[in-house]
Amino acid sequence: MKKWLNLKSTAGIVLITVALIALPFVAAMGGQAWVRIVNFAILYVFLALGLNIVVGFAGLLDLGYIAFYAVGAYTWALLASPHFGLHWPIWAILPIGALVACVFGVLLGSPTLKLRGDYLAIVTLGFGEIVRIFLNNLNAPFNITNGPQGITLIDPVMFGDFKFSGTTQIFGLAISGPQKYYFLLVALAILVILINLRLQHSRIGRAWQAIREDEIAAKAVGINTRNVKLLAFAMGASFGGVAGGIFSAMQGFVSPESFSLIESIMVLAMVVLGGMGHIPGVILGAVLLTILPEVLRYGIGPLQMFVFGNVLIDPESLRMLIFGLSLVLVMRYKPTGLWPSPGRRHGVDAVGGAS
Amino acid sequence: MDIFLQQLVNGLVQGSIYALVALGYTMVYGIMGLINFAHGEVVMIGTLVSITVAGTLIDAGMPVALAGLVGLVTAVLSCMALGWSLERVAYRPLRDAPRLTPLITAIGMSIVLQNLAMIVWGRNYLTFPAFLPKLSFEWAGAYFTLVQVLIVLVSALTMAALLFLVYRTKLGMAMRATAQNPAVASLMGVNINRVIAAAFVIGSALGAVAGVMVGSYYEIAHYQMGFMLGLKAFTAAVLGGIGNLAGAMAGGVLLGIIEALGAGYIGDLTGGFLGSHYQDIFAFVVLIGVLMFKPSGLFGEKTGERA
Amino acid sequence: MTALLEARGVAKHFGGVKALQAVSLTIRRGEVYGLIGPNGAGKTTFFNCMTGLYVPDGGGFVFDGQPLQVNAPEQAAARGIARTFQNIRLFGQMTALENVMVGRHVRTRAGIFGAILQTSATRAEEAAIRQKAIDLLHYVQIEDRADDLAQNLSYGDQRRLEIARALATEPKLLCLDEPAAGMNGTETAELRQLIEGIRQDGTTVLLIEHDVKLVMGLCDRVAVLDYGALVIEDVPAVVQKDQRVIEAYLGA
Repeated sequence: MKKWLNLKSTAGIVLITVALIALPFVAAMGGQAWVRIVNFAILYVFLALGLNIVVGFAGLLDLGYIAFYAVGAYTWALLASPHFGLHWPIWAILPIGALVACVFGVLLGSPTLKLRGDYLAIVTLGFGEIVRIFLNNLNAPFNITNGPQGITLIDPVMFGDFKFSGTTQIFGLAISGPQKYYFLLVALAILVILINLRLQHSRIGRAWQAIREDEIAAKAVGINTRNVKLLAFAMGASFGGVAGGIFSAMQGFVSPESFSLIESIMVLAMVVLGGMGHIPGVILGAVLLTILPEVLRYGIGPLQMFVFGNVLIDPESLRMLIFGLSLVLVMRYKPTGLWPSPGRRHGVDAVGGAS
Repeated sequence: MDIFLQQLVNGLVQGSIYALVALGYTMVYGIMGLINFAHGEVVMIGTLVSITVAGTLIDAGMPVALAGLVGLVTAVLSCMALGWSLERVAYRPLRDAPRLTPLITAIGMSIVLQNLAMIVWGRNYLTFPAFLPKLSFEWAGAYFTLVQVLIVLVSALTMAALLFLVYRTKLGMAMRATAQNPAVASLMGVNINRVIAAAFVIGSALGAVAGVMVGSYYEIAHYQMGFMLGLKAFTAAVLGGIGNLAGAMAGGVLLGIIEALGAGYIGDLTGGFLGSHYQDIFAFVVLIGVLMFKPSGLFGEKTGERA
Repeated sequence: MTALLEARGVAKHFGGVKALQAVSLTIRRGEVYGLIGPNGAGKTTFFNCMTGLYVPDGGGFVFDGQPLQVNAPEQAAARGIARTFQNIRLFGQMTALENVMVGRHVRTRAGIFGAILQTSATRAEEAAIRQKAIDLLHYVQIEDRADDLAQNLSYGDQRRLEIARALATEPKLLCLDEPAAGMNGTETAELRQLIEGIRQDGTTVLLIEHDVKLVMGLCDRVAVLDYGALVIEDVPAVVQKDQRVIEAYLGA
């Protein structure tokens, strides 16, 4: 393990650290909106790595992943907002959010994990929709979720007296709310990456990959596939729950709209487009798919003005159109993703398989 | 009078539409194992094309019924072309790619088609020209309209035509052979590319018919209408046992009826706790319930593990 | 020698087809036991019943003095029955070493939290898993391919890797399903050496094979299945001369 601590990689680590510290201040030059976008990119890294455990490692196609994010977000929103008048501290809500999401994961997983791949996909998709519909409608007869209006005035992340919202002066430097969240998110993301790496090279991580590669062979060597799959589901769900909590606090507002099916699909696209099962690839996928639509959002209007002298096409549609096309093109020319695990080649499926 | 019969009629109508759309999913899945997420968008484009064509012709003075028919035919032809291009451009290059790759492509195409439609037809709801006289009938306390009767009839005829095609023609035999085993079918001289293209084209044609039905039933259309419809139809296909034609038809009709009855009775069943706005969860709750007990769907073949 | 595995009247039907009809046989500790028969005789079905992939319709197994409750294949592995597959089933996108490490799963215990926190127990176990896997790769003589993806190994090496993975579960009974299929003369000879080595190290081997020469030369005792029924169970010399066996094979 010590081998990589040579000069070159030390320089690399220093460089990355400096870049990570400088990023929110550079982004702020374009306005705080860009810092928020960067924050979302990191939040999606978080989510994508959680889903990567389920889809990338264990090979279980989950199209309802956002439901766990929603559960985490609403757990935070209900326990730290004027809605119920509760204002619990972070060290209580974040683990509760993870736990509740985890319970939902097990609840969904235990009856459904025996299903074949595509059936599992549609069931998870349905589950995601069910959660969203309940969030949308649980405002009557008892007002639990406040329906489509969502929950507002959610507490920001606080450690003691230190609030993550609003501007703080640190060493004479004005640090904005989004910038503070940025550092929190980076810290969490590093933690998540570390956990992912450790899981990948562990007994359970290998069992996940074995199930992905050949479930029958995995059973034959004594892996209890049901339990091990359930673990993947529960782990992925907990990650989603924590990410949801942070989302809730960072936005100060949640509504069912944020948890539609397209969000699940987006996170899945990040995992697949980046390179399923390969942690750096997944990170790349998450960052690209968060930033690209935003760059397009800001770039397309002016670009049309420049080319046509007028905004001819609705920028929002054009933005999503280009986004959709890039998904198609990347899959066409890089079917294993932009940055797949080394050694994986396109279209190889030589071993195992059908009999 | 109880609402049972009325809801049954409504469910049957909605279910016929689901069934037609579900067939498109199930054919493609049966032959190449792909969830063609963009199929709902094909249906949506069918609806919007028929609106534009029929609307323009009606404005130009063509008799309403004829304009509607021309609209339907144009929609079917455009969707067939669209389905063919989708397969050719987006999916065919990915035959040997990892399993999730074509799925992401399908999602990408779905986003592309939706936004293209928004650029072409705008963000607003479009009203569907009424090509049918607003007749309604009463039977045993349930009301049904001419549109509803036609939807059920046309669906039944279309499905009968499909079954004929699949079970009585050479192309159909090639399709069934490919669904069984593409490699062997190809050795027996079946042109796999043609069969897959045919599945897309036929599925899209059925989707276009369904699209026109949805339009004439609800009398409005929108660039986002394909998504939920596609989702429900896919659910219906899985419910019936994906890859199985009769399963898709039965699953579609069943889902329509379950939804209609569910929406009608949920208030009573839960003592007013859950209202009819929970209609959309029935599809998924029933699906999860069925798959728990019959993991391959109601009519799906048992796919046991083989060593 | 005592019995390691006893099959008692094991039966299995598929629809109307009787794939196995009340098959009873005994595998003794420390022997290499051959199971042969023409195509479709029920060899693989028997195998799948024993390893929990199929649930028998009648009869059962006694393994290591205890009835074998084979509801699920993973229980068979835990009891000490490991297998390879007729059509090799490796974890293609994992390295050869990782494939064998997966084989250690059933004999190790580290969980999620151990992995995340990297406790000393987990690290020690992980090191032991790795060492054992390296040793096994060495044992089947493919240690130089340790870091290659399983799918990139040659056919013969994949067979060896599958055996190493099975051995990693520390089986009492190692079941090999047509390990020599598709091998040339040299590879078969090497395989024979490997199986003899495994027997010498005290693991009982059940060998399902088409290659009659290999079976007769290697096995201590041989059973012959035909049309799902046991024809004979005896030492190779006797089996070879049995009229019914000759008929079964010549289809007379």
